[in-house]
Amino acid sequence: MLESAAYLPVYVITGFLGSGKTTLLQRLLAAPELSDTAVLVNEFGEVGLDHHLLRRVDEVIVLVQSGCLCCTIRGDLSAAIRDLYGRRERGEIAPFARLAIETTGLADPVPILSTVMAEPVIRHHFRLGQVITTVDGVNGLLHLDHQPESVKQAAVADRIVVTKTDIATRGAIRKLTMRLHRVNPTATLLAMTIDRVPDATLLLTADLDHPAAGSEEVHRWLTLATAGPNVAGHHDHGVNRHDARIHAFCLTLDRPLDWTAFGIWLSMLLHSRGTDVLRVKGLLDVSGADGPVVIHGVQHLVHPPVHLPAWPDGDRRTRLVFIVRDIARAEIERSLAAFNCLG
Amino acid sequence: MLGGEVHWTDGAPSAGAQGSAAAQTRRAERLYRVALINGLLGHYGLALADWQGSSYLLSNRTGRTEIVGDLAQLWQAAERMLGRCCDPLDPTLLERLETGA
Repeated sequence: MLESAAYLPVYVITGFLGSGKTTLLQRLLAAPELSDTAVLVNEFGEVGLDHHLLRRVDEVIVLVQSGCLCCTIRGDLSAAIRDLYGRRERGEIAPFARLAIETTGLADPVPILSTVMAEPVIRHHFRLGQVITTVDGVNGLLHLDHQPESVKQAAVADRIVVTKTDIATRGAIRKLTMRLHRVNPTATLLAMTIDRVPDATLLLTADLDHPAAGSEEVHRWLTLATAGPNVAGHHDHGVNRHDARIHAFCLTLDRPLDWTAFGIWLSMLLHSRGTDVLRVKGLLDVSGADGPVVIHGVQHLVHPPVHLPAWPDGDRRTRLVFIVRDIARAEIERSLAAFNCLG
Repeated sequence: MLGGEVHWTDGAPSAGAQGSAAAQTRRAERLYRVALINGLLGHYGLALADWQGSSYLLSNRTGRTEIVGDLAQLWQAAERMLGRCCDPLDPTLLERLETGA
């Protein structure tokens, strides 16, 4: 069982240029219960952040030995997190309870996640909390059409905050919501306007690996993935759209999974196709296990599996959600079934 | 080799769940894993063996051998030996698994 309470959660706030990342962060940090949050930002934007635990990091990408491109460790970020932790331990700064990292608008968030989850020193003190992506309610569709970074930022999110919903038309918001749900059906969508800030608890405290919130979180994303408007096969292909190649689907398996065979299969899949497997989230019925096992990954990065004491709903079958690029559902389904028969 | 880091496939669920009916102990589980992997690696002319209960030895038919610590390193080493990725979506591999060849 993962003892996640011993690790400090890291929340990554990403989103395209001008989508309101800093505004969201600024407003969240105003909540007294989140004052014990350390913040690392890539750049100081126009919106000033006035926070006592704020630091800037310069972007330097380091490719880890024998790693692939998406498993790069951000050397600058790694140094900044380690320094922050050292100062916290020496009592030079307040003992922060969580870390928020704001990325640049054009950043691929995966190297940041990789830094938190794979850097040997950091992973002993921190764990990944949530990936929060802001999407501009007015220009979001345009960004998704023309900016591949914007699609990736939405695809890897746990929470998507649609901003400026008060100045966008209702029709535009509906279209954007449909598109975002198709790219990432497991993310919880929240709205932010000039007077309305999304629930800070849902953004900066609840997460899958949090012992108290894990079961509720799994239930949330499974419900979203299976009941949303587009996951069952809404297709609206456009030749110039960057998200036309990305799709999501949920597999439900009647037969229990052999954990060993599943580990071989998923590790092999992520090694060979990891750049095209943007997300995997699943609740597994493992042979011989009492409760379900939660699996949760972003590209090549897989969270330590969590063994839940009980099923979050009445359905005890394995359910696996994939967000993939250029991989057919039938390919995954056939392959997983063949590997499971190995066991 | 990175060493000392626990790969997610070695995480608690397998221990808690005892992995499979065949895997009652950690050692048995490692051997079970090796057997399953060899069911696949035969397709590529490779073979895996447990090495002192802590690592694995990956070999090809010419006798080239590499020590790997976990599954992530295994697929990397297999790719180096083969000059291509072992793709679990490859229809030829799946046909072989489905027919039990």
